[in-house]
Amino acid sequence: MTASPAPTTFFREIARNRRNSWILIFVVAIVLAALGGAIGGATGYGWGGVVLALVVAFFMSIGSYFAGDQLVLISSGAKEIPQQQPPDQYRQLLNVVTEMSLASGLPMPKVYVINDTAPNAFATGRDPKHASVAVTSGLLEKMDREQLQGVIGHELSHVGNYDIRFSLLVGVLVGSIALLADWFLRFTFWGGGRRDSDNDRGGGGGAAAILFIVALVLAVIAPLIGRMVQLAVSRSRESLADVSAVELTRNPVGLARALRTIADDPEVLEVANRATQHLYIVNPIKSFETRSKSMWDTHPPISERIAVLRGLAGQFGQDPGHIG
Amino acid sequence: MEPIWIVLIILVVIAAGVVFIYNGLVQRRNVVDEAWNQISVQLKRRHDLIPNLVNAVKGYMDFEQETLTKVIEARGAAVSAQSAGPAGAAQSAQAENFLTGALRQLFALVENYPDLKANQNVLQLQEELTTTENQIGFARQHYNSTVRDFNTSIQTFPSVLIAGMFGFKERDYFQIEEADAVVPTVNLRDEPPQAAPPAAPSA
Repeated sequence: MTASPAPTTFFREIARNRRNSWILIFVVAIVLAALGGAIGGATGYGWGGVVLALVVAFFMSIGSYFAGDQLVLISSGAKEIPQQQPPDQYRQLLNVVTEMSLASGLPMPKVYVINDTAPNAFATGRDPKHASVAVTSGLLEKMDREQLQGVIGHELSHVGNYDIRFSLLVGVLVGSIALLADWFLRFTFWGGGRRDSDNDRGGGGGAAAILFIVALVLAVIAPLIGRMVQLAVSRSRESLADVSAVELTRNPVGLARALRTIADDPEVLEVANRATQHLYIVNPIKSFETRSKSMWDTHPPISERIAVLRGLAGQFGQDPGHIG
Repeated sequence: MEPIWIVLIILVVIAAGVVFIYNGLVQRRNVVDEAWNQISVQLKRRHDLIPNLVNAVKGYMDFEQETLTKVIEARGAAVSAQSAGPAGAAQSAQAENFLTGALRQLFALVENYPDLKANQNVLQLQEELTTTENQIGFARQHYNSTVRDFNTSIQTFPSVLIAGMFGFKERDYFQIEEADAVVPTVNLRDEPPQAAPPAAPSA
């Protein structure tokens, strides 16, 4: 077992995570600018390429922004629970969501259940007024009230922190990088070469050639860097959601126990795939989760998440030993 | 540019800043008021649930009439304390706390009645009461967050200037007195607190 980190206040953790994610966005923007500048200089198109890439990436994401939540809910086979006359078995779930909604001051989201024995949950929706939270039937069965509260707290925190919007923002930036790099590489290898050898633009041939090489290198590595940063942002927002959940429940042990239960469960969530993995509270693709610290993960390793919660437990007079 | 224009521009910018800050303070204050109302809503919910609970268990718990009566009386005291409004907040908090203790005692007794324990109605009511307790707690917690936010705005520069100018006052946190913070293990033979502020109920 890892040793507990020094007890910390959750306000500081929250601030740290927010700061980190914005720094990362800044990094992506710089990468995009560098790539755009190099390509623009090398091809003579200037900033037109970057602008076009941003516009295209933006329009590609617009659908996701408005209809993404419906798509995800439908593709996971989620069924909405009527909040007026809920079936008895879901009363507790709705009560817990109501509790977290009160604690956060957010409007009550729509609540869905996915019929799957693997315990997991996700939240989606472009803003708090259009939010949905989904849990699997497996999660409802395997968790007690305290754990469920932690999970719902985490999911509602994603909504309250506008994480869906945040990921779309990152997605647009990273998508632009990918588009721009792709266009440039095609342009270079399939017919753009002649243009450059005309040497009409820019300074002497030497400078243009160097710029071209720089652009080429960037076009290859920028999408990789972009993807890595995107995953780092995702991990940062997941940590933020964990600590924000504690701000709501004031019960770090509850969420920690929930994470432990999900991690120990051998079941595989059948409806999840690479496209939706980042939305769930714990990465549902088992092979990803068992790897220790990796920069290709959408979520921090569970042991690390539990360690952070352990560090907060002392603040609330809780015994971290209960986590298991 | 002539000086008069510069002065005008500066004045406009300052005015815009004042409006912006003022609106922010108003918004935060309204959030505080709303959060306070939310607490009252949750308390009322609990008061409304209790008669149902008592009715559900009445038939089974013939020997516990005294307990049931105490619960009803504690509820009554809480309802009248709440009707005093924000002025009676301290008494209300105390009455609610006493009611919480009485309910816990009642549910402890339910453990002795296997028929009752398995009764769907009772289980549901138990869940409803649990969630109501939680919702009250979270409503209070959220209220305190909004107060913190509002008070911080009032205290920090530059909003502190605007706040002073327009008379925005700090709000009080919802606090439970030390003695009440630990829910008393109520002996249901005690009387629930009367309207006048009493000492903490004896154990």
